[in-house]
Amino acid sequence: MNIEHKVIEIIAEQAVLEVSDVSESSTLVDLGIDSLGLVESIFAIEEEFDITIPFNANEPDKSDFDISNVKAIITGIKILIAEQQN
Amino acid sequence: MHRVVITGAGSINPLGHDVISTMEAMREGRCGIGPLKFQDVERLSIQIGGQVHGLKVEELFSRQQLSLYDRFTQFTLIAAREAIEQSGLEFSNELADKSGVILGTAGGGITTSDQNYRMVYEEGKNRVHPFVVPKLMNNAAASHVSMEFNLKGPSFTVATACASSNHAMAQAFQMVRTGLAPIMMTGGSESMLCLGGVKAWEGLRVMSKDACRPFSANRNGMVQGEGAGVFVFEDYECARSRGAEILCEVVGFGMSSDASDIVTPSKNGAARAMQGALLDARLNGDEVGYINAHGTGTAVNDKTECAAVADVFGQHVNKLMISSTKSMHGHLIGGTGAVELIACIMALRNGEIAPTIGYEEPDPECPLDVVPNEARQAHVQVVLSNAFAFGGMNAVLALRKI
Repeated sequence: MNIEHKVIEIIAEQAVLEVSDVSESSTLVDLGIDSLGLVESIFAIEEEFDITIPFNANEPDKSDFDISNVKAIITGIKILIAEQQN
Repeated sequence: MHRVVITGAGSINPLGHDVISTMEAMREGRCGIGPLKFQDVERLSIQIGGQVHGLKVEELFSRQQLSLYDRFTQFTLIAAREAIEQSGLEFSNELADKSGVILGTAGGGITTSDQNYRMVYEEGKNRVHPFVVPKLMNNAAASHVSMEFNLKGPSFTVATACASSNHAMAQAFQMVRTGLAPIMMTGGSESMLCLGGVKAWEGLRVMSKDACRPFSANRNGMVQGEGAGVFVFEDYECARSRGAEILCEVVGFGMSSDASDIVTPSKNGAARAMQGALLDARLNGDEVGYINAHGTGTAVNDKTECAAVADVFGQHVNKLMISSTKSMHGHLIGGTGAVELIACIMALRNGEIAPTIGYEEPDPECPLDVVPNEARQAHVQVVLSNAFAFGGMNAVLALRKI
């Protein structure tokens, strides 16, 4: 299963939506994911890909991890996976 | 001062998943204690307990709710929903702003702690679910009740080990009586039937390996249980004006601290708590017909409790019934007083006294009418509910038929 699809699946589950309702341009706000849903999504993504996402819930905007939309999240995850493999 | 009545009751415990089935089990003297079933139970020397079986949580809660609710919170919400439904109450505007929830628990989300310790220490995982803290905190159950029913007034959680529920209900009673709140949800919950939760109790060497037999000469210790009881305590005038069904009246409470030993109970502390409840309710001892005992089934608790009852009630002790329903549902620790309040309501409303089951041999040090093995029909006007906790903290409630 590719990374894009798995991330969308995790986010869709958090948002209680069908996978088809989540697109790469969706923002977390669009999907109705609140702050608790966000930390739970990050946990699920870390578990799935065995990576550590540099995300501080106190200052989401200042984190090194871009969560502005689904595409940005997927890009960030790919970078982390690549870094880990090196 | 306002009169305080109970207008809703809810419970889930080893005897049943609601109040009606719990009362039926108490009436039949049924035992809810059996072999424990959970991961690593074979590592315990104590393998029995009063466990709640057959609970289909996924039918009661959403996936998001379940990720936030420890088992003790699930129990609490199940009981609270039943109590609220019976009361017929909905909270909005001023009523919501003033009404609150006070619950007791000793261990809070101990199952959540246990599971996550296991993952981190045993399985070597370095990441835990983000909701561990909001799930395990002792006030989680009270918070979720406040959110589900829109209770915005005084709300908190009380932890006094085995007396937690009685202390919580005493606080709720006080708030309604003094006019601080028109309605309070109150009671307690416990869920510590997991490897760590039972292992800790095992260490004390006060647990029975076969049965809980309070007051019986061959008793050999306590048995843990799990579950919750939640009640609606309401201002009498408020209940009457809306035509609510009233289950009974709460008339007083007494609290005391032994200030002597961290585990061994004191006759004096127990007696002072019962005397305090009588005084607070302006009752004479001879008006009390039934006492729901703390009755843990340990050698020392039961004889100390009997001696304290004899001291408080004098000659009237011969006309008193005193039973321990822990023989059927086990010791629900922080939730025990709440589930035992159901036996008190059953005595007042139905004239049915729950028995002490497993009673096999009279003990000269417990020479009271412990309603052995079979429930009894009796008209009682006033009952007490005793809770004497580790740490020497005691809380006794007095209730009256209405």
